[in-house]
Amino acid sequence: MDKIKITIDNKPITGRAGMTVLEAAKMAGIYIPTLCYHPALTPFGACRLCITEIEGMRGFPTSCTTPVNDGMVIKTNTPQLQELRRGILELTITDHPYSCITCPTNGRCELQKVAANIGMKEITLPYIYKKRPTYRNDPFFDRDYNMCILCGRCVRICHEVRGATAITFTQRGIKTVIGTAFGRPLQESGCQFCGACVDACPTGALTERAREWAGLADRDVVTTCPYCGVGCQLSLQLKKNRIIEVLPHEKNEVNRGQVCVKGRFGITEFVYHPQRLTTPLIKRNGKLTEASWDEALNLVTSRLANYHKDEVAIIASAKCTNEENYVTQKFGRAVLGTNNIDHCARLCHSPTVAGLARVFGSGAMTNSIHDIGEAACILIIGTNTSESHPVTALEVLKAVRRGAKLIIINPREIELVRFADLWLRPRLGTDVPLLMGMARTIVDENLMDQAFITERCENFDAFKKSLQNFTLDTVTQITGVPKDKISEAAHIYATNKPASLLFAMGITQHSHGTDNVLAIANLAMLTGNIGSPGSGVNPLRGQNNVQGACDMGSLPNVFPGYQQTTNETVRQKFEAAWDVSLNPTQGLTLTEIFDAAHHKRIKAIHLIGENPILSDPDANHVRKALETLEFLVVQDIFLSETARLADVVLPSASFVERDGTFTNTERRVQRVRKVIEPIGASRPDWWIICQIARGMGGKGFDFENPSQIMDEIAHLTPIYGGINYRRLQKGGLQWPCPTPDHLGTPILHTQLFTRGKGRFTPLQYRPSAELPDKTYPLVLTTGRRLFHFHTGTMTRKVKGLNTLLNEGLVEINPIDADALGIVDGDILKVISRRGEVPAKARVTEWSPAGVVYMDFHFAESSTNILTNTALDLVAKIPELKACAVRIEKSHHR
Amino acid sequence: MIFDKIRKQAIAEWATLQQSQQPRILLGTATCGRAAGAMSTLEIMNQELARHNIDAIVTQVGCIGLCYIEPLVDIVKPNRPRICYSSVTPKIIPQLIEDYLIKDNPRPDLALGTIGDGTIEGIPRLLDLPMLKPQVRIVLRNCGHINPEDIKQYIANDGYIGFIKAINMGPERVLGEIKKSELRGRGGAGFPTGQKWEFCRRSPGKEKYIICNADEGDPGAFMNRALLESDPHSVLEGMLIGAYTIGATHGYIYCRAEYPLAIERLSIALNQMREYGLLGDNILGANFSFDMEIKEGAGAFICGEETALMASIEGKRGMPRPRPPFPAVSGLWGKPTNINNAETWANVALILQKGSEWYDGFGSQTSKGTKTFALVGKIERTGLIEVPLGIHLRDIIYEIGGGIADGKQYKAVQTGGPSGGCLPASLLDSPVDYDSLVKAGSMMGSGGMVIADEDTCMVDFARFFLSFSQAESCGKCVPCRIGTHQMFAILERITRGEGKLRDIEQLEQLSQLVKTTSLCGLGQTAPNPVQTTLRYFRDEYEAHINKKKCPSLVCTRLINYYILPGKCAGCMLCLRDCPAKAIVGGRRLVHIISQEKCTKCGACLDVCPERFGAVVKVSGEKVIVPSKPIPVATSKALKNKG
Repeated sequence: MDKIKITIDNKPITGRAGMTVLEAAKMAGIYIPTLCYHPALTPFGACRLCITEIEGMRGFPTSCTTPVNDGMVIKTNTPQLQELRRGILELTITDHPYSCITCPTNGRCELQKVAANIGMKEITLPYIYKKRPTYRNDPFFDRDYNMCILCGRCVRICHEVRGATAITFTQRGIKTVIGTAFGRPLQESGCQFCGACVDACPTGALTERAREWAGLADRDVVTTCPYCGVGCQLSLQLKKNRIIEVLPHEKNEVNRGQVCVKGRFGITEFVYHPQRLTTPLIKRNGKLTEASWDEALNLVTSRLANYHKDEVAIIASAKCTNEENYVTQKFGRAVLGTNNIDHCARLCHSPTVAGLARVFGSGAMTNSIHDIGEAACILIIGTNTSESHPVTALEVLKAVRRGAKLIIINPREIELVRFADLWLRPRLGTDVPLLMGMARTIVDENLMDQAFITERCENFDAFKKSLQNFTLDTVTQITGVPKDKISEAAHIYATNKPASLLFAMGITQHSHGTDNVLAIANLAMLTGNIGSPGSGVNPLRGQNNVQGACDMGSLPNVFPGYQQTTNETVRQKFEAAWDVSLNPTQGLTLTEIFDAAHHKRIKAIHLIGENPILSDPDANHVRKALETLEFLVVQDIFLSETARLADVVLPSASFVERDGTFTNTERRVQRVRKVIEPIGASRPDWWIICQIARGMGGKGFDFENPSQIMDEIAHLTPIYGGINYRRLQKGGLQWPCPTPDHLGTPILHTQLFTRGKGRFTPLQYRPSAELPDKTYPLVLTTGRRLFHFHTGTMTRKVKGLNTLLNEGLVEINPIDADALGIVDGDILKVISRRGEVPAKARVTEWSPAGVVYMDFHFAESSTNILTNTALDLVAKIPELKACAVRIEKSHHR
Repeated sequence: MIFDKIRKQAIAEWATLQQSQQPRILLGTATCGRAAGAMSTLEIMNQELARHNIDAIVTQVGCIGLCYIEPLVDIVKPNRPRICYSSVTPKIIPQLIEDYLIKDNPRPDLALGTIGDGTIEGIPRLLDLPMLKPQVRIVLRNCGHINPEDIKQYIANDGYIGFIKAINMGPERVLGEIKKSELRGRGGAGFPTGQKWEFCRRSPGKEKYIICNADEGDPGAFMNRALLESDPHSVLEGMLIGAYTIGATHGYIYCRAEYPLAIERLSIALNQMREYGLLGDNILGANFSFDMEIKEGAGAFICGEETALMASIEGKRGMPRPRPPFPAVSGLWGKPTNINNAETWANVALILQKGSEWYDGFGSQTSKGTKTFALVGKIERTGLIEVPLGIHLRDIIYEIGGGIADGKQYKAVQTGGPSGGCLPASLLDSPVDYDSLVKAGSMMGSGGMVIADEDTCMVDFARFFLSFSQAESCGKCVPCRIGTHQMFAILERITRGEGKLRDIEQLEQLSQLVKTTSLCGLGQTAPNPVQTTLRYFRDEYEAHINKKKCPSLVCTRLINYYILPGKCAGCMLCLRDCPAKAIVGGRRLVHIISQEKCTKCGACLDVCPERFGAVVKVSGEKVIVPSKPIPVATSKALKNKG
């Protein structure tokens, strides 16, 4: 980068080309007052406070908009400038109520700070009574536009960073006011309620209602968000040891001051919710009744001890910390003697782990989240990123703003389609032929990266041969995507380097999920888009710690760090460390565990923080399996639908009540910090597990804190070898991080693939297991929505989120709706071979004709009663993304 | 070459038309003509022609700029000079047709002047008339003479010759020619056009845009409207030349939606250009592909500012952004963009047609060429004029404009629209060019010229322009949004008689603050009317504040109506007419106006018979009146005593 020498207030400063005068001054520690400036936004030049005098330039250029030039001589603080600033600020103040004492932002207000800095003498101009509107009925935050100084930060963050464009400037002159198009309510304006506007507001115009009168925080603690796998860093604001507000943390590599509605507004309420479990419960006479910890733990240890190692299983949790997952699997393997350990990763990215491990050697996101912003092309397939991983979607928007090409492949018209250069809309379940068609175009037109293929990959010829079956005619016939669009997508992806590829459950939750993942890997290798910044194969993980739960070996076939249980040397290492002999047989997967329970081969399950009755396919079958068990233990923070079936319920502490680490989707291990004492008698899951393990005579469960557990993890897990709490104090570390001096690995496979060479895989097309027919003419696909998370255990405790969405909807195309006589808002019955559920109709073109869409957040419309358990042969993932249904109008409205 | 054929054909058709043995009638139906009733005139004319079975060629043309006597109808009889008739209302039509077309009486009493060769007894040559003689109509040369909806009439009058020359010269030489002409931007700032083009031409990038700014929003300005309605191709040819020179691929004409006729005629013109191969791929085989479209503004004055205008084209809210980057580097959609005013583009076509040396013959040392102005306000002859730059204000106002209306005294002229300045009589002999106007505290602007007479209160005049600027501020930057509003509030206060001693000082300070710290040209120039009136008419401010007196008797809160007891005849006329029922009195009783009830409408003054002259309008002074109606005789006695 070009170095530029400038002088600010007689101080010589070296800046970089492209920097503004304001940025250079900030870097040099020179304060220039600003109100409309925001580091995440393009310069606006509205508040006019950052004016300067620059030699050779006319007038008073604003430092936020003036780029530095070599040799510039700048003055920021002359008497004349201060006088002008006082004049400008006086104008601003006449347009803002003098009501600091009664303002919720008193003490946090930037206008106050700037006024104090500039030093106002007197206000001689009259105050302007604006009578601007105030809005106090939207979820989460109030808007009082009398407090607004029109710095535009809310509007710009909404447009530039969040891409929501929900609010804008309206009116002109002194009547100018921030509002929505045509004054519609926020909920109809495209607002995502992410709160970025609230965070960007320098005054009391936008305030979070719940914290308005809480005053100033007395401390803040950084922790990791408990919702999705993005792993946003949150800054918890505490006053007298109570969380008063949750803010996005600014200085980190993951979310950089942004967060979604769930993280911003959806935490405090569930943490302090009256329905939190505060005491252990034991089922007596068919009813769960309160019990003491001793009672409950004694019952669990004595009952579990009665079962043979092949009769018990553990369902671990992707919501728990790494340390908790580590002790959980250690408990299962070392104390219960079983490898029957699995968790919900089976239902999300098991094909990714299996597929990518096979061809790359490592089954995780190859690049980092912020690296996506560097891409020249982004191919998004099988992920509704802006709803499921909202903050990751912001990186996509950033890349698009910088000129990157965006290709979306999705049968549904997802939000990001708005920003796409090209949208392919294949038939559900036809990803393999579509991706193979693109690969074929790339090969036929010689757009591949020959050097990369030759030097870094193997098995190309076999793969090339398998492309023979995928002529564009065939592919078009199968996928329904026009030939020219397939070819255009191939061109864009192959010729705009680096290209990043994002995918999620739309790829994996199929009976051919592993093939889908392999097709993606083929495409990336073919174009050399692996191992460099802005490129990569990037599976977006769903749960906050699903990556970590896998890393920690909460899987039936691996110890922590993906060390095979069947590998003799590995097993010996763990036997030595844990001082036990270990079971060499591979355990059952999640879906197999329920089948086994159904057939009474599994008799007891210890389940932690999952809610399979809502989250797993063919929910009726799951319920029956759980009911068939002789003994079910559930650890959770709420009495979930699954916990109601338990014999013993153990109350867990929530994420703010325990220490630990989560590993996010980009392999970054980040701290979770205890900020308040556990609610009631709830306890951290690691403590509970250790108590049970010790109660059953287990050795090596005498941990005093999670930091000690992490040290044991590091000792036994090469990819976590260099990780400890002291290092994590400064921020997260991305594995592989093998030694204490290793800086972590932002990009995988830079020189060599983890397995040596990247392996091309020849593929064939296999249709979905259940295709529509006369009785079940529609295809049901499933997913998440922005305003809720998973089975709603946490988000449905949040009033504002319920205001935004409170019921299960079936999205149905107008063509299908017309044919069935359905109008928007009708109550429908959705029926599959496995059951039926009620849900409200949402008639929308977002769903293609022939496809209906439902989420799985609402127990009242328990979508997974309908879904199919047909498994992917390799990864054993059920086909949650496609099953055949029919729809009937319900007579109850 | 194809164009040669088109041109030959157009010239031939034009000649045939000129020598037609049918009578020809040209009717000015631009918006100004229509406002004066030209469409009714046209309707009646067609009826009358039909009634008399006269086979005449009726053509709707644009505006020749004589707004004060519209509708204008020109009649050409074979082998006779063209006669221009003014104020041709539908009533006159039957007589005129009968007299001239049937009986061959040219009606010199109705005629304004003759156009072209030949004379008619009793009718002067149009161009010899005082309002036209000092004008140099080169940009407006075709206005009122050709059919703006017929590209062939434009071509027949040397249209698109400039573009043909340009493609033969090559972009570099065209650029040189424009630079040599020293053409400066007619939007008001006067930036050298050639230099602007050069920045954009040299700016790297495959995609470039040119824009015609036709978002004419100044109160009282209508130069661009008349030009676009009367001769759209002269602007479009300029754009074509500009696009070719700069290397632009696409053009936009940003025209305010309040100009529906201009938009209609522009879109007809664009279609004809496409039809004649003057837009599209590989235009006239010159390996130059270009197209353009019209973007309608939605009524925001600020969208005349170039960066706001581009934001508006992009579908964003029209708000200016700071420069740099300048449009030439990063403009529309982030691509190099050149934006010029409609009149500038029209000049371009002219310069290429006739050459920069010819162009050098017009204008002053620093300001070459001509400038169009909309002459409005308290002036005898309002209209659209075109004068060589450097002409003196006095010549415009007294020669062309015919002086102040109703024989009143001149007080000031506001040039440059709402953000221009008010120039007093002492500056009447200063030249009208970019630099002199700025030196006087005003600016050229796009060409509005509003004349104020002795009855205009300059505080109120400034208040009016500021009310416009503050309402049209986009609201983005603090000095403009709040500063202009605070200034406006002070002016309101002063005109209400609530001015304070420090108001003048505060106005001066605010003016300076808003001027130096605003983001865009709107804010930077909005204080001009205040600053110039403070500079040249400070005594009026002082009278308002110190004596609570409006010397021009305009500010209603500062004026009072009284009935002079010594003059009132007790006729009851004013009492009956007073809409506020503020007058008490009775037959042969002296009437009294209740100052509390009076709404200052002036009806009493209007109805009081001249022979009595009993009602007076005063400001800052009190007239002693009886406390209740007394007999008229008594009041006479009072008067004698007094």
